[in-house]
Amino acid sequence: MELVPYLILGLLEGLVTAAVLSLMALGLSLVFGVMRVVNVAHGEFFMVGAVLAWQIASLFDGHPAWGFLAALLVAPPLTACLAVAANQLVLKRIEYDPERTIVATIGLLYIIQQVTLMTYGPDARPVEAPFNHRLSIPLVEWTETGLGLYWPWGLGTTSYKLAVILAAVALLGGIWMLMTRTRFGLLMRATQLDRETAQAFAIPVGKVYAAVFGLGAGLAALAGVLIVPIQQAHYLMGHDPLLLSFIVVIIGGLGSLPGTVVAALLIGVSDGMISVFFSPTLAKIIATLGVAFVLIFMPQGLFGKRSL
Amino acid sequence: MTLLSTRGLSRQFGGLRAVENVDFDLPEGQVRALIGPNGAGKTTYVGMLSGRIPASAGTVTFRGQDVTNMPAHQRIRAGMAYTFQITSVYGRLPVHENVALALRWRTEGDEKETAKRVTDALERVGIADRANQLAGDLSYGHQRLLEIAMGISQQPRLLILDEPTQGLADSEIEDFIKLIRGLAGEMTILLIEHNIHVVMQTADAITVLNGGQILAEGTPKEIHENAAVQAAYLGTG
Amino acid sequence: MSDTRKSWSLHLAVVALLLALNFVLPEYHHGNLARVMVLACYAMGYNMLFGYTGLLSLGHALFFASGMYGMSLTVQHLGWSAGPAMLVGLAGGLAMSLVVGLLSLRTAGVAFMIVTLMFAQAGYLAVLYFGEYTRGDEGFVIQKASRQIMGIDLSDPINRYLAALILFATCMFITLRVVQTGFGRVLVAIRENEERTRMLGYDVHRHKLLAILLSGTMSAAAGAGYGLLFGYAGATFASVQYSIFPLLWVLLGGAGTVLGPFVGTLFMFYLIDLSSDISTAYMLIAGVTLVLLTLFAPQGLVGELRRRSVRWLP
Repeated sequence: MELVPYLILGLLEGLVTAAVLSLMALGLSLVFGVMRVVNVAHGEFFMVGAVLAWQIASLFDGHPAWGFLAALLVAPPLTACLAVAANQLVLKRIEYDPERTIVATIGLLYIIQQVTLMTYGPDARPVEAPFNHRLSIPLVEWTETGLGLYWPWGLGTTSYKLAVILAAVALLGGIWMLMTRTRFGLLMRATQLDRETAQAFAIPVGKVYAAVFGLGAGLAALAGVLIVPIQQAHYLMGHDPLLLSFIVVIIGGLGSLPGTVVAALLIGVSDGMISVFFSPTLAKIIATLGVAFVLIFMPQGLFGKRSL
Repeated sequence: MTLLSTRGLSRQFGGLRAVENVDFDLPEGQVRALIGPNGAGKTTYVGMLSGRIPASAGTVTFRGQDVTNMPAHQRIRAGMAYTFQITSVYGRLPVHENVALALRWRTEGDEKETAKRVTDALERVGIADRANQLAGDLSYGHQRLLEIAMGISQQPRLLILDEPTQGLADSEIEDFIKLIRGLAGEMTILLIEHNIHVVMQTADAITVLNGGQILAEGTPKEIHENAAVQAAYLGTG
Repeated sequence: MSDTRKSWSLHLAVVALLLALNFVLPEYHHGNLARVMVLACYAMGYNMLFGYTGLLSLGHALFFASGMYGMSLTVQHLGWSAGPAMLVGLAGGLAMSLVVGLLSLRTAGVAFMIVTLMFAQAGYLAVLYFGEYTRGDEGFVIQKASRQIMGIDLSDPINRYLAALILFATCMFITLRVVQTGFGRVLVAIRENEERTRMLGYDVHRHKLLAILLSGTMSAAAGAGYGLLFGYAGATFASVQYSIFPLLWVLLGGAGTVLGPFVGTLFMFYLIDLSSDISTAYMLIAGVTLVLLTLFAPQGLVGELRRRSVRWLP
């Protein structure tokens, strides 16, 4: 019976990872889907979101909820602006050429990362969650009087973590609405399907690109803000989530929201589960090779209609 | 002697039958034109001949050998040469290097021989004076000629030209016709063409494709008078 | 003088210059230049694939590390001497290139970049996972006693420099030779227009695979050499950073030129050396350089020189 609590714990932790990962991966997927470029600096937008969150929250005394709320409202748009600036100054100039964009975004990665190192410093700093109640999770067992509940020691989560999961679901729903119900979503999907035709229909492709790049970065930053009360803000924190996002996007298929969500669940939960039982390094090795082999043998991923 | 033949050659893209069951024979030494309205399947068919596109069914025989499963580069080595519908040369390399690349696997490192054959090919098509220019700097018409030079420099048995006169000026087209007439004795030529004037002036025989199937085959005169062919071109087919 | 003659003269002159510098450079720069020469071999290996064949790999650290660990683990745990251990490093690089090449060539473009990145990342994680043998990030020192070939102590700065120069010259002349032969020109043709090259009768896949083998093995030679000459092996050399470096060096110096990789490595080495005196955030320089290069000078230093005036530069 000891196994089950561990599994459930792994599952819960995995869901939190999946929630945050799905937001971040969605950002990456949108950028690739619409702009056809891979943004290697995506992880740094995540990190910037977290660092800005710390910065903003530290301006507030009193109840941490205010600081957190402010961070949640301010950090993503600020990061989005940074991304749009990068788009206008660099990506637009190289005309979104796929290979040059990868090299340029690698450069951006180092610039953003190192500037953060110079200003924020090498330390990891925590941000207090807006609310944080320990919740123990009961399991069902067979007792003398029939089915009953018991609370295994150590099996629990926090109210904040549950809130993160719910927030992610809500945000994903919101993005889905944005893509399918709004004019902007329509413009985005049109540009994704056929850039030349979209231009012929007077869709301002340049502006759509800038907006999508900003949106992608904003989503990553949002993920960073959500995770920072659980994990601390550190200038190198973008590296692992970037790799995971790549994995999710490739396995889920590019430009596919349902695919991204399912893949994020898969990766997040299995990462959580495997890490509980095995070495996280081994888990990462398997995941990394998994991406490579999916790309080699199943270029469309599991759901996507187009390949890289 | 039949140089190239296909039996039941077909290609399907999902539900679309781009080429259906084509039987075709090309005798050695002939200049054959392959014509047909847009979407008739000409480029797909020729793609299967050259090996760029795999066949869904049927066979391709070249010089007596079944090449259906042979990769494109090996077919080239077996004696085919191919020019692209949209001119495809090495824009950033000089003209002479473009042709040299076409030749080198034949001359096997003998740079003197390579240089000589490059000059011959360039003179043949009439752009020898531009040998040191970058291919990308040439006019479109000259780039097309360069591509033909690359093809003929390989001394192929079969030269496949995919819409070679597209985008050429009238005078360039006349030069092209002369060139083809001059080459006709040395190699077999398969020509996809839309320009009926060119076809009438160069072809010994014409094959008409429509809807992925052969509509008609015959001499230029026969095809010219064929009612079904006229109907197909006018769009009622 | 023919272009070929001019090329050989120039490159021999470069080697002669480097040889002369052995006797005049102060100790600090002497050691740096030895390092740069070995790393330039890595850059030249990378250039073979990226500059000449047009394939952008983001995972070359895998090859560099294969050489480094192939050599150093053999010395450390099996007690072999340096010479045979170097061969193990080379063999490791060759084997890794073959496996990665066969698998990754099934993809192209952006997918190829990500696949190579993933393989290298898996390699880095494997180095960490087997930390019992590799000592992971911390790495291990290769004892002076083991760093000898035929009785010559390679930890001595002058021997080290000369050994680095020999390695450098070998890699450079291999590159020069390849570039001047038909094989090298086909690689360039593949880079310029792959489909056209196929339809001229070339087995494009085989050429690309050979390019990867050559590139990976040269990178492994650099890795093995670096471990041997500087006496240390560590996981950093398998990390993403060490996959980005050769890209940076080659872009800066000039992709598709023989001297470009060396120029780029030298330049970047000193640029980072100088900026690490100013701040711990020295990789900022790398970032800015990459962005500026992609925007304004994709040809790199030697590439621009070739484009503007010295046309015969290989």
